[in-house]
Amino acid sequence: MTRRDASPFIRFCSEFAENRLALFAFSVVVIIVGAAILAPLFTPQDPYDIGKLILGDARRPPGYVGRGGYVHLLGTDAQGRDLWSAILYGLRISVQIGLTAGAVAFVVGGALGVVAAFAGGRIEALIMRFVDLQLSFPTILLALVISAILGQGKWQLTVALVASQYAYFARTAHGAAVAERAKEYVEAALSTPLSSGVVVFRHILPNCMPPLIVVATVQIANAISLEATLSFLGLGLPVTHPSLGMLIANGFQYMLSGRYWISIYPGIALIMLILAINLVSDQVRDQLNPRLQR
Amino acid sequence: MMAALEVRGLKTHFFTRNGVVKAVDGVDLRIEPGRVLGLVGESGSGKSVTGLSILGLIDPPGRIVEGSVKLDGQELVGLDRDAARRVRGRKIAMIFQDPMMTLNPVLRVDTQMSMALRAHESLSKDSIRERSLAALGRVGLPAPEQCLTAYPHQLSGGMRQRVAISIALLHSPSVIVCDEPTTALDVSIQGQILQEMQRLGAELGVALVWITHDLAVVSSLAHDIAVMYAGRIVEHGPTEDVLAHPRHHYTRGLLDSVPGEGTPGEKLAQIPGSIPALIDLPPGCAFKARCGRADGACETMPEIADLGQGRGARCVHPLEAA
Repeated sequence: MTRRDASPFIRFCSEFAENRLALFAFSVVVIIVGAAILAPLFTPQDPYDIGKLILGDARRPPGYVGRGGYVHLLGTDAQGRDLWSAILYGLRISVQIGLTAGAVAFVVGGALGVVAAFAGGRIEALIMRFVDLQLSFPTILLALVISAILGQGKWQLTVALVASQYAYFARTAHGAAVAERAKEYVEAALSTPLSSGVVVFRHILPNCMPPLIVVATVQIANAISLEATLSFLGLGLPVTHPSLGMLIANGFQYMLSGRYWISIYPGIALIMLILAINLVSDQVRDQLNPRLQR
Repeated sequence: MMAALEVRGLKTHFFTRNGVVKAVDGVDLRIEPGRVLGLVGESGSGKSVTGLSILGLIDPPGRIVEGSVKLDGQELVGLDRDAARRVRGRKIAMIFQDPMMTLNPVLRVDTQMSMALRAHESLSKDSIRERSLAALGRVGLPAPEQCLTAYPHQLSGGMRQRVAISIALLHSPSVIVCDEPTTALDVSIQGQILQEMQRLGAELGVALVWITHDLAVVSSLAHDIAVMYAGRIVEHGPTEDVLAHPRHHYTRGLLDSVPGEGTPGEKLAQIPGSIPALIDLPPGCAFKARCGRADGACETMPEIADLGQGRGARCVHPLEAA
């Protein structure tokens, strides 16, 4: 069986694997996400259990053997948290929020865009002008305002991220769906008694997926960094559940006193994750771009 | 015999900001089961709009303002949306020029065929597969089974058009409107498909309206021919007669413009001027500005004159019969 005959998904995967860098980035993403999900297995301490934190071990450098009897590989923060554990737990929250927000924004934004394109007329104008209006504000500003109103917490943060990111999906889905709507097979389907649902979900939506997937990979990385930004500014999660952004913020004040590790290591973890996701999304974009098709 | 399709006085106008474009302005057509009617004309003559009007696929600002389209005796003009949708695809189908546009690139052929079938009938999986295979086999595809599970991009242009044709045949419609379905294909494939269509039309008793600008296609395929110019039919009759002895000056001009066996370097014949804008068409014969024979009598629009033997021409000064 030649590659041309294989199913689109298999062809996509084998093409993806040809790019070494993207493959490497993808494995980094998998490792980080895997480690984050399985964090309790790889960490000596539960950083969210305040009862187990030992203040006497606070701000110790990497390699210090604490009173708990284990090595603090990356040192400890101002509350005596083992940084390695805190980073993995923080990644866990970041990935969770990033993926959830990305997925919800994908569904909500994609649906709005496709519905707008399909319905046309006033509904389209209403939805798309609202999206345009929202896109004219900086994402961070909107996320800040919403999370300031809703307060701290996981779902509040997710709502803030979805509300500030769905517009990108709506815009993209609308553009693709409008182009799709004009195609003859859509007109043909509409001119027979097929239900609108079948036309939207079987004909229009699958053809809008490539650009939406590209936006999704970029927006998940954005959601993670936005979450970190909000946490850094103290608007994200409660202090007892530090995510990466808050760990960086907490260590910030000790930077000049030589205790670099409290900020630097969470920062490196965050950069690795976002960079890897971006490398993967670059390759996905190149592959799904019809103009670059080989 | 009852006509499969009878079009009377069809007028489709487009109400644009610059004025009313009379794309189709009084077209009469009649076609019997199993026959092929060639609808010929240059770009902008209104032949495609006629085809779309027959299926009721005219979108605003366009509208069918007058006339009737009868399919097996059923009036199609003025049908409400749902009733029209129940007719389209089942009793009348259309095939377009570009099969890359008519087939959905992300769905396999079998999915698209089952959707076309389920749109009108509720069928079991087995009978859907059976009918899809039968339809694909009918259009001369060498391996219908493989074709069924293929995506459109895995098929060649000719195969894609055959798939489009077999989808049109799924419900055994009475009439298929073909809007230049072979224009995008190379000549050898074009010939094969024309042959298949001719055979299918006769076998299944489907009436074909074949819209094209290519006289060679019409001459080998159509039983009857209707020549359109500026939204009206200017000449009609049995294909052989019309092509051998045209009675309208426009038809003559079209035939003379076909590059024949001239000497290389010799200037090709062409009709002077171009088709007039359809907004505010001046009164009289639309062809008079490009016609060598035009005179004062052409200032009033001539009716189609019955010239006997099923022929007619819209001309005050018809060419001599041979």
